[in-house]
Amino acid sequence: MRDVAIIGVGLNKKWGELWNVSLRDLFVEAALNAVDDAGVDHLDSMYVGCMTSGLFVGQEHLGSLMADYLGANPIPATRVESACASGGAAFRQGFIEVASGISDYVLVGGVEKMTDVGGDEATYALSAAADMEYEAYHGVTFPGLYALMARVHMERFGTTCKQLAQVAVKNHKHGALNPEAQYPFEVTVEDVLGSVMVADPLHILDCSPITDGAAAVVLCPLDTARRIAKKPVVRVLASAQASGTIALHSRKDLASIESTSQAATKAYRAAGIGPRDIQVAEVHDCFTIAEIMVLEALGFVETGKGGQAAESGMTALGGRIPVNTSGGLKAKGHPVGATGVAQVIEITRQLRGDAGPRQVKDARIGLTQNMGGTGGSSVVHILGAA
Amino acid sequence: MANPARYWREIPQRYRLEAARCASCGEISFPPRLVCPQCRSRKFESVTLREEGKILAYTVTRVGPSQFADQTPYAVGVVELDDGVRIMTQIVDCDFDKLAAGQRVRIEFRRIQKQGDAGILCYGYKCVPM
Repeated sequence: MRDVAIIGVGLNKKWGELWNVSLRDLFVEAALNAVDDAGVDHLDSMYVGCMTSGLFVGQEHLGSLMADYLGANPIPATRVESACASGGAAFRQGFIEVASGISDYVLVGGVEKMTDVGGDEATYALSAAADMEYEAYHGVTFPGLYALMARVHMERFGTTCKQLAQVAVKNHKHGALNPEAQYPFEVTVEDVLGSVMVADPLHILDCSPITDGAAAVVLCPLDTARRIAKKPVVRVLASAQASGTIALHSRKDLASIESTSQAATKAYRAAGIGPRDIQVAEVHDCFTIAEIMVLEALGFVETGKGGQAAESGMTALGGRIPVNTSGGLKAKGHPVGATGVAQVIEITRQLRGDAGPRQVKDARIGLTQNMGGTGGSSVVHILGAA
Repeated sequence: MANPARYWREIPQRYRLEAARCASCGEISFPPRLVCPQCRSRKFESVTLREEGKILAYTVTRVGPSQFADQTPYAVGVVELDDGVRIMTQIVDCDFDKLAAGQRVRIEFRRIQKQGDAGILCYGYKCVPM
């Protein structure tokens, strides 16, 4: 197994409601930015992370489509799907292909084109990450599923609505520093608590948005990167993934995300480090309560103490462990398949010293956590400055 | 868009609460499966779910999908039946302010949704407070 490096990263210009930009153009724009950033003129293989281009725009066979439009035919190109963890899972597959020695230059991109359909169809498409016949059929929506997790967490640990809101406030504060973000502006606790209630206790501003966007990275062996990279080299220290039950009601505990804990344990072991060694992290804040539970699952805080993290400033820029310096899913946007790859990009930029006003001083080790559905899949990567 | 076969396949579960109990470890799977999630055995006995249980957690959905427009806002949550099986279900015929985790509920056969103006009517289980 070889060590693997990230030598190029790129997103499409800005994430948001991009009515003039098609699925294929989003992906190709991000991919070209990554390839140019890497300075390579050749790829051996590529992966496309996307949750459901079929339900959103009626298009499948994305491997072929994207390789074709990137001018990369005839390299092998494969679509990877793991609901909201599609990007992270695609990254893991690219990592494995380079680590195994099968390929030297692998492009991993993620994309989602969500705004061609109205809110109702988008909600339906997203609910496909849950159990369609035994959860979605009964009318529970994604905000509803996370609302149930929030209720249990609040009842058991005393987590408050205000603590949930503070996750959104923190992530918007970070996002305001990110010109590529969908919502680069701050919000207040009052804004969040005063926004429309979607499913008790989650307000619309506790929820990540619908977004068009793409993100891509180029991977190669670490030895190669040291020779050819134009930018500081970032190394993949660990890659881990775990599955959880598809349905929330099948979980032993509704207030914890076991698949994230399991993936994190494997990742820490592979990297030979613990949660205290992580200096910056991008986690899956699809809803504010998700970030709170994920911090516990990653071991950044004790079980039950997640609600205090944003409230106390621990996870803000300048705090002990800045989380979601990009703005997270909440402020940066959540084009489903792209998110996991964009998380890797933010950490890469942090480790390169290239995060501008969002820079965490002297960051040398970072972590990404990407999750599908209510935790049916979790992917954790640990990256280090090489 | 109507999906009749996809709907009728689940009728034994949605109408009659048919489940499967593992012949090795006794874990009840609902819906029935081919492999026991607890012990990986492949032998099951047919059983029917208990119709009473308690709310583990609930939420009130205030912004819902269009198939549920005529029911919104509605309470939905995880109910643990007296045989230990957990289901996701709406909780109806109740005052939202009076709902609480731990509350006893009973399953009733109700209309769940309708698939569009020309689609099929879909039925199944909902819970009502006891």
